[in-house]
Amino acid sequence: MNLADVDVADLAAKIAAGDRQAVAAGLRLIDNRKMRDAAARLLAALPKDRLERSGHLIGITGSPGAGKSTLCSKLIQAWRKQGKRVGVLAVDPSSHRSGGALLGDRIRMLQTHKDDDLFIRSLANRNQLGGLSRESWPMSQVMLAAFDVVLVETVGVGQSEIDVASLTDTTCFIVQPAAGDSIQFIKAGVLEIPHLLVVNKADLGDVARRAAQDLRHALPLQSFDEDWTPPIVLASAVTSQGIDEVVAKFAAHRAHLDDAGRLQQVRRGHQASWALRQLKDEFGTHGMEFLGGEEKLRNAWTREVGTSALDQYQGMRRRLLEAFGAAES
Amino acid sequence: MSAAKDKPAEDAKKEHFDPLNNPNRDRPWVFRTYAGHSSAKASNELFRSNLAKGQTGLSVAFDLPTQTGYDSDHPLSYGEVGKVGVPISHIEDMAVLFDQIPLDQMNTSMTINATAAWLLALYTALAERQGVDKAKLSGTIQNDIIKEYLSRGTYIFPPRPSMKLIVDTVTYTVKEIPKWNPTNVCSYHLQEAGATPTQELAYALCTGMAVLDAVKESGQIPEKDFPQVVGRISFFVNAGIRFVEEMCKMRAFTEMWDEICRDRYGIDNAKLRRFRYGVQVNSLCLTEPQPENNIQRIVLEMLAVVLSKNARARAVQLPAWNEALGLPRPWDQQWSLRIQQVMAYETDLLEYADIFDGSRVIEKKVAELIEGAKAEIAKVQDFGGAIPAVENGYMKKELVKSHTERWRGIEMDERVVVGITHFTESAPSPLASTADGGILKVDPKAAHDQIESLQAFRAKRNDADVKAALQGLKDAAKNGDNIMPSSIRAAHAGVTTGEWADALREIFGEYRPPTGIDITTMVRGKVNEIEELRHRVKATSDELGEPIRFLVGKPGLDGHSNGAEQVAVKAREVGMEVIYEGIRLTPDQIVTAAQEEGVHLVGLSILSGSHMEMVDAVITGQKNLHLEGVPLVVGGIIPESDAGELKGKGVKEIYTPKDYNMNQIMATLIDVIRQSHGLSAFGAL
Repeated sequence: MNLADVDVADLAAKIAAGDRQAVAAGLRLIDNRKMRDAAARLLAALPKDRLERSGHLIGITGSPGAGKSTLCSKLIQAWRKQGKRVGVLAVDPSSHRSGGALLGDRIRMLQTHKDDDLFIRSLANRNQLGGLSRESWPMSQVMLAAFDVVLVETVGVGQSEIDVASLTDTTCFIVQPAAGDSIQFIKAGVLEIPHLLVVNKADLGDVARRAAQDLRHALPLQSFDEDWTPPIVLASAVTSQGIDEVVAKFAAHRAHLDDAGRLQQVRRGHQASWALRQLKDEFGTHGMEFLGGEEKLRNAWTREVGTSALDQYQGMRRRLLEAFGAAES
Repeated sequence: MSAAKDKPAEDAKKEHFDPLNNPNRDRPWVFRTYAGHSSAKASNELFRSNLAKGQTGLSVAFDLPTQTGYDSDHPLSYGEVGKVGVPISHIEDMAVLFDQIPLDQMNTSMTINATAAWLLALYTALAERQGVDKAKLSGTIQNDIIKEYLSRGTYIFPPRPSMKLIVDTVTYTVKEIPKWNPTNVCSYHLQEAGATPTQELAYALCTGMAVLDAVKESGQIPEKDFPQVVGRISFFVNAGIRFVEEMCKMRAFTEMWDEICRDRYGIDNAKLRRFRYGVQVNSLCLTEPQPENNIQRIVLEMLAVVLSKNARARAVQLPAWNEALGLPRPWDQQWSLRIQQVMAYETDLLEYADIFDGSRVIEKKVAELIEGAKAEIAKVQDFGGAIPAVENGYMKKELVKSHTERWRGIEMDERVVVGITHFTESAPSPLASTADGGILKVDPKAAHDQIESLQAFRAKRNDADVKAALQGLKDAAKNGDNIMPSSIRAAHAGVTTGEWADALREIFGEYRPPTGIDITTMVRGKVNEIEELRHRVKATSDELGEPIRFLVGKPGLDGHSNGAEQVAVKAREVGMEVIYEGIRLTPDQIVTAAQEEGVHLVGLSILSGSHMEMVDAVITGQKNLHLEGVPLVVGGIIPESDAGELKGKGVKEIYTPKDYNMNQIMATLIDVIRQSHGLSAFGAL
């Protein structure tokens, strides 16, 4: 693929039609530092209604050894059985000081059959120590334009936890029985409360049931979304117990987001955060002031109908480049 | 004259004297050659010619589909049928394989693991069909599945059901085939995966304990018979070129196993505590340049396991001088057999008691190994034993770490390998310059014939019998009954290898162990070279505007993943994002991953000899997905003539065992990526 000659509108249309080759090209475009401009144009060209109102963007985290990959693999099978097309973004938060990374997604390894309606991309954290790399969100948007369910999966280690919540519609935390750590984190307020808690390895019996009980006690009565009480589901990737229930709870939360336009609000919030972060990175606080301040921009992009962070980002970036370029000369 | 008078009597005595069975010398170990390829018929011919040359036991090599439970016509078997061993899909194949070989007189060793219970069932069923008494069968099935997760890679089921299959074969043979060795606990492949002698001792002994503990727990054996079970556990050990240390390792094994049997299992009879082991000497150290030097390496490695009487091997098989080049021919195998015969019959080795008894130097080294191994055993036992330490990835990680260290040693020029690191000048070798290139070429029609005969066999079976037998097998698996009786019934009914394994997959599930490569490495190699490589990766990444992504793929059924793992670890160290998903992938899966992951380079590692088929399939797959622009490199045991052909198909670089310098390999990988994007190459380091 020659990135330089990409016809962004054409690529966006193909992605929206679910063309795998186009999805791969789109992800590659976003991953290329020299193609910032084209990447932004691609995001703006993806169908608005898909990015703001349809599909389901789910974040799944859990401590290492919680059995995340196997469980995700079972969930994918369940969605595929419902005929849903699935995209997976597997983010590995471990970094190497050389900048290198060892990726290799166990989910793909566990899928034994060739399946054109499943697309898995792994991503290193790229020096965002402990957190998710900045390409995560735009990549998830390319997938959202192409697939019905997009899963962002990562090991829950502090920052990556919070990052996942800030780019998905629904977050799910997988707890390993008898590990205790996640419960401690929730108690200590370190963890943002996820929308769904899954106690894996239910086949272990009493230990798993006890872990679920402990979680129930540890959870504050009210989560940040006052209309949603996070369910706790006992599941087992080995016996497939609880898998259908997890899928159903995801659907329930998605339906909950549809009420009162919450989904669009959440998604527009994520768009605004991305655009603001991009501008701030490139032009600093001075640039933000030039545009009238971060607060004003965020308000407009999240509340005002008819404005879109993805549409306006490009124009604002050009304005700043011109203004600052002129100032420099 | 008295002399004349005595002569006839002396002649008569001479006639009775058989120098191969000299009562004044110790009996030699069993001589074997690991053999089998193409088809049951071709392998049978090879077996019979080897026996005629004085080989005293058989060692059957099975092809990868047979080892991993697929019929020859399964898609995953593509390119692998008859490659690294003989394909055995059903009882008729087994009958052809042992045609004219009396089962009650032969000692047959089978290198078979995940499907060991099945191959033993086929062998037993064949004996029953021929009217041979089962109690007279003697031999070995390797049947150590723990090390398959750590190194060899021919596992099918998760660790716990795998252990159950081992327990079933152990308890069945102790009762029904008492001369059979039902499990050959392997330290061999641990060494290949990087194990230090201490780790080899510790992990193999932990596996032995895991098997015995599981048999005990199963309740299938009455307490009074348990010592017999302990006495049937045997081991399969590796012997490397550091033969003094290796010999000490064998002595340490002997002492430690004796102690474990006595203290942990309360075995009073010293004979039952004996560390009985077979050996295949290390073939990983055999070199491709100046391959004739491998002969002396093989001889020296054998010394480690035959020199000391107290820790002498029960059976020895030697690799051939040309294993780094390709498949050995009958003559190459004969040469290796002759080495054993010279050692056993010409030298005075078998006329002495243990020649190292009382050596302070040897005793000190043995004590040191035992101390280290005990500490490591304690760690594994803390996790709950070998199975939990596989499941949590501990042992695998430790092995990958040691292996990485070993590579570092080579990279730092700390080791001498004659013909590779030093003394590389050589006159052309007449051995490898014969018309056949000094290796065996498998008849490409063999796979096709095998598939045809399998399909013909299926067509003439009684389907109702097959169905009932498979149901019986599944019921046994579900109910936790011993798997052997229903497997033997299935063998008689004409069930195939793939059907047997599929039935159990349905009940037990399939397993993918951790790859173990997510280790933290410390830069201890040639720092300058590594810094230079990092600089090159970063420069390339800056020019392209994106991180360099490299997919390392292992297509087919070959489970020897150590090379691929080391390449992956190294590529990360120099700054690439490496995508490695473990073994047993179809070419389709690899190409799909290349598309989804947006990689700049695909590297394939293939050691089973199926490189032609696999590369063709990957190239076709790339075309289908419009990925022709992504360059392809291949590593493996690839004969020179094939290398030329692969390059003709578009493969950019080929790496064989002679390319041991990982940093240079990295330099060429970077240049392949650069050139595929129109950037100029950096050149060698």
